[in-house]
Amino acid sequence: MIVDLAIITLKAVLVVAMVLNLAGVLGWIERKGSALIQDRIGANRASIFGFAGLGLVNTLIADPLKFLTKEDFIPPKGDRFLHTLAPCMALFPALVTFAVIPFGDVLNFGERVINLQVASLNIGILYVFAMGSLGVYGIVIGAWASNNKFSMLGGVRGSAQMISYEVAMGLSVIGILMVYGTLELQDIARDQGTLIRDLMPSWLSFLTPIVGWLPAWGIFLQPVAFILFFTAAVAETKRIPFDLPEGESELVAGYHVEYSGGKFLMFFAGEFAEIVTAAGLVTTLFFGGWQVPYLMRDGFHFPWGGTLLLPHLLIVLMQVTAFTVKVVFFCWVQILLRWSVPRFRYDQVMRLGWKMLLPLALLNVAVTAIWIIAAQ
Amino acid sequence: MDTASFIFYLLATLLVIASLLVVFLRNVVHCAMALVTALLLIAVMFVTLHAPMLCVLQVMVYAGAIMVLFLFVIMFLNPGALEQQRGLWWGFGTLLAMMLAGVLVPLVATSDLPADPVAATELFGSPEMLAKSLFSDYVLPFEIASVLLLVAIIGAVVLAKREN
Amino acid sequence: MIALHNYLILSAVIFSIGVIGVLIRRNLIVVLMSIELMLNAVNLTFIAFSRYLGSTDGQVIVFFVMAVAAAEAVIGLAIIISVYRHRQSLDPQEMQLLKW
Repeated sequence: MIVDLAIITLKAVLVVAMVLNLAGVLGWIERKGSALIQDRIGANRASIFGFAGLGLVNTLIADPLKFLTKEDFIPPKGDRFLHTLAPCMALFPALVTFAVIPFGDVLNFGERVINLQVASLNIGILYVFAMGSLGVYGIVIGAWASNNKFSMLGGVRGSAQMISYEVAMGLSVIGILMVYGTLELQDIARDQGTLIRDLMPSWLSFLTPIVGWLPAWGIFLQPVAFILFFTAAVAETKRIPFDLPEGESELVAGYHVEYSGGKFLMFFAGEFAEIVTAAGLVTTLFFGGWQVPYLMRDGFHFPWGGTLLLPHLLIVLMQVTAFTVKVVFFCWVQILLRWSVPRFRYDQVMRLGWKMLLPLALLNVAVTAIWIIAAQ
Repeated sequence: MDTASFIFYLLATLLVIASLLVVFLRNVVHCAMALVTALLLIAVMFVTLHAPMLCVLQVMVYAGAIMVLFLFVIMFLNPGALEQQRGLWWGFGTLLAMMLAGVLVPLVATSDLPADPVAATELFGSPEMLAKSLFSDYVLPFEIASVLLLVAIIGAVVLAKREN
Repeated sequence: MIALHNYLILSAVIFSIGVIGVLIRRNLIVVLMSIELMLNAVNLTFIAFSRYLGSTDGQVIVFFVMAVAAAEAVIGLAIIISVYRHRQSLDPQEMQLLKW
C-alpha cells in the first residue's frame, strides 16, 4: 500500500519535474535557437566569473532571478484576486495534462509491474481535451482582471481562437481513435508497436512488400490527421504564427500586458509547458510514443527475420529515452516554426480554423470510417 | 465518518457555497467564475458516482465551452457597472426560492429510496457502456440532438449577425 | 455510507439557489447562468439515480441534457447580444415595450 503510493508519487514528481525542466531548457533553446536562425549570437551577457555557458547562465539563472525580484504590479483598477489567480489557471492545465501520457511500457521490478504512466484512465484522450479546454481561462481571466484595453482585446481574441481550434483538434484525433479503437493513450502507444503488414486487408496484400515493414504508427495510418492535429496544437499554444492573443506589434503584449515578475514567469512557463505537452501528445498519437521500431518486450524482432534479445531494464531505458528524444524533437520543431513564419492576420486564423481544418477533419473521419468498413 | 461520506460532505459544502456566490455576487465575471467552480465540483461528484465519461464531458462541454462562451460574451459586451442591489426584491425572491426548497427537500427526504448503490462493474459509466446504449437504444434521440445543435448554430449566427 | 437521499437533497438545494438567481438578478447573463446551475442540479440527480439503480439510462439522459444546455446557452447568448445592441442594457426590466 505504502509502496504503491510511493511509486505513484514518484511517477508524478518525475513527470512534473521533467515537464518543468524541459520547459526551462526550452527557454534557453528558444533564445539560442532564434539566434542561430537569425545569425546572431544570442543571450550571452550574464556570466559567473566570466563563464557564460553558451547563454545558459543568462536564461536559467539570471532571467528567473530577475523575474522573481521584479515588482509584482497589480493595476489599481484591476481585480486583485482574479489577477493573481489567472497565471495559476494558465499553468495548471498545461502541467496536469501530461499525467495520462505514457512515457514507457511496463517496468517489471521483482513481483511488481509498474505502468510507466502517471494515471491510467479509460477516458485517456478525453481527459487531455478536458484539461486543454480549461487552459483558456488563464488568458480570459488574466485579460479581464488587468482592466486594460489591450489585454481585453487579447483575451477576446484568445478565447475565440482557442475554442475554434479545440474543435478541429478534437475532430482530427477521432480518426486515430477509430483506427486503434481505444481512448487510453497507453493502449494507443502499445498498438503502434505492430507492423503495417499485420493490419493490411487481404485485397491490398500486393502493397505488403512495399510498406509492410513500417511500424503501425499514427503518422503512417493517419497522415492527414497528423497535419491537422499539429496545426491545431500549435494554435492552442498561442505561439507564432498563431500568437494573435499576444500580438506584440498590435496589442503590446496582449493578455499579459499588465503582468510582471513571478506571475509573468508563470504565464511564460505555462506556454513552454504547453509546448512540451503538445509535443508529448503528437509523439504518443502519431509517432509511436515510447515505441522504438521493432523493439518488443523481449528485444528486437526485425521484419526481415533477425532477432536480438535484450535485458528488460535496457529495453525500458531505451523506450523512455526514445520517448524523450521524440518529445524534444517536436519541441524543437515548434520553436523552429515560431522563428520561421510570420504571424497570421486574425481573419486568416479564423478562416484556417473553421473553413479548412474543420472540414478536412470531418472528411478525414468519413474517409477513415469507409476505410475501416472496407478493410473488414 | 468514512472517507466517502467525508468527500461527499466536503464537495456538497463547497458546491452550495459556490452556487450561492453565483447568485449573490454582483460582478458578472465573478459570478461566472463561481459557476465554473460549481461545475467543476459537480464534475468531481460525477467521478465519485462512477460516471467518469460524464465527468470529462462536464468539464469539456460546460466548463470548457459553454462558460468560455459566457465569458466571451461578457467581455464582448463589457457591461461594466455593478448591478444594482434591491434589498426588498432580493429578499422576496430568496424567500420564494427557500419555500421551494422547503417543499422539495422534505419530499425527497421522506420518500422510499435505495440507500446503497448497486455494486458497479468495472465498465459502469465507461465510454463503451455509454456508447452502447447511446447508439442502440437512443439512436433517434441522438440524431434529434444533433439536428437541434445544428439548428442552434444557425439560429445563433442569424441572431447575432449585425444587420446591414 | 451516503444514501441517495443526500444527493437528492443537495441537488434540490442547488436547484432552489438557481431559482433565486432567476428571480432576483437584473442581469440577463446571470439569469442564464442561474438556469445552467439549475440544469446541473438536475444532472446530479440523474447521475445519482443511475448509480443507485445501476442503470446507464440516467447517464445517457445527462448526455442529452448537456447537448440541449449547449444549444440553449448559444441561443440565449445570441439573443442577449442582439438585445444589447438594441437597448444598450442587460436589465430585463427595461425590456417592456410590449407592456401596457
